[in-house]
Amino acid sequence: MLTADQKKELEATIQQFVGKPIGPAATSRDAVNEAMILQWCDAMGDTNPVYQDRAVAEKSVHGGIVAPPMMLDAWTMQGWDMHKGYDEPTNEEQRLHKILTDAGYTGVLGTNTEQEFDRYLRIGDEVTAETIIEGISEEKATGAGIGYFITTKTTFSDAAGAQVGWMNFRVLKFIPKEAPQAASDSGGGAAEAYVPARIKPPMGHDNAWWWNEVAAGRITVQRCKGCQQLRHPPRPMCPGCRSMEWDSIEISGRGTLHTFTVIHYPQFPGYEFPICAALVDLEEGVRMVSDVMDCKPEDLKIGMKLKAYIHEDDDGFKLPLFRPSE
Amino acid sequence: MTTRTHASVEVGEELPPLDIETTATIVAGGALASRDYTPVHHDRAAAQAQGLPDIFMNILTTKGFVGRYVTDWSGPDAVVKGVKIKLGGPNLPGHTLKIRGTVSAKTDAEVEIDVAGTNPYGAHVNATVRVVLPQ
Repeated sequence: MLTADQKKELEATIQQFVGKPIGPAATSRDAVNEAMILQWCDAMGDTNPVYQDRAVAEKSVHGGIVAPPMMLDAWTMQGWDMHKGYDEPTNEEQRLHKILTDAGYTGVLGTNTEQEFDRYLRIGDEVTAETIIEGISEEKATGAGIGYFITTKTTFSDAAGAQVGWMNFRVLKFIPKEAPQAASDSGGGAAEAYVPARIKPPMGHDNAWWWNEVAAGRITVQRCKGCQQLRHPPRPMCPGCRSMEWDSIEISGRGTLHTFTVIHYPQFPGYEFPICAALVDLEEGVRMVSDVMDCKPEDLKIGMKLKAYIHEDDDGFKLPLFRPSE
Repeated sequence: MTTRTHASVEVGEELPPLDIETTATIVAGGALASRDYTPVHHDRAAAQAQGLPDIFMNILTTKGFVGRYVTDWSGPDAVVKGVKIKLGGPNLPGHTLKIRGTVSAKTDAEVEIDVAGTNPYGAHVNATVRVVLPQ
């Protein structure tokens, strides 16, 4: 960790970069050409004829072959030399990054970018990029760790010096929360990516039995042994007669939609969005919270008939869900 | 490829979904097609040294898919004027990148489309793309 004085000195040093060009303007090695456009279209699966079919392009609003607009900053990318890494900075942006890296802000993460296109590029255009360090934020606490947001602005111009577009790019240069750990090599096969799964419900003394029943293929509700009243979700005492003696019955799975809400945001990993979250009136007379599957949000109708089934996630977790029924 | 006209578009219209079954070829091919030779986009050992399980899609490729998604819908006579992109988690081989979009605004001149790309990690990209469609 830096002392307060060291941090002050670091911030004074990095703020000196603001407003500076990262280096001399860079002109694309290759003029805009069909071969590179086609290679781009192959990789992106882009079949837009204005990028690749002269006859169609000539009749289009563009009047001829144009480069995909999103390709703007590809023309002036450094290319092959990028594989060497940036241990030895070759421009002011890399020098700024290295100062932060050496101070412990080793992580770097692209967070935002914005582009405006004054015109599409045409075959033969020579693109020149000029980049300045537009701004450096105060130190921020983020999900990735504490760090500084660095914004660069690149202006792209043609051979005549006219602007064809610009781009802002923001990265977070940060202290990683924990040291990155290399994933183990799985022997040449595809590495197994960690796939987030549904958040599991808490399972304790009073409700684990209910989930165990689901795992065994039965959807149940609790029944009071004293007065036979059904209750759900599971809890230790009957709200009717206060008996703590209980058993359970398996439900038919038939019910009707009491009410619902459709969840679009926030989109937690491990779920399919939107989620049709439902409160279901079971025909046994109690309600159950679940999701309605195989149903578009606009087709949800209060009172519609639903049928429960047991769904199994990829990780083996089972839970009751509902779908519309006749 | 059909062409959408400005008049035919209404705010709230959903664009057809696009699912990209991400492969190492798409990741490496997209990186090299955008002249991005940073090793983490084509060399698995380099990506693993950075703490990721595999190579991951570079930003230009993500942008390329966002652009393609919008012009797949709008047709060849659309003119893309600008894009704003917020980046989320990485997109890796094996991930299905689900791209969805909605027309979010319309002025006399332009149409704005909100695009979201999600994968098993959650949000990979959120973008707003501004296009001019033929009148």
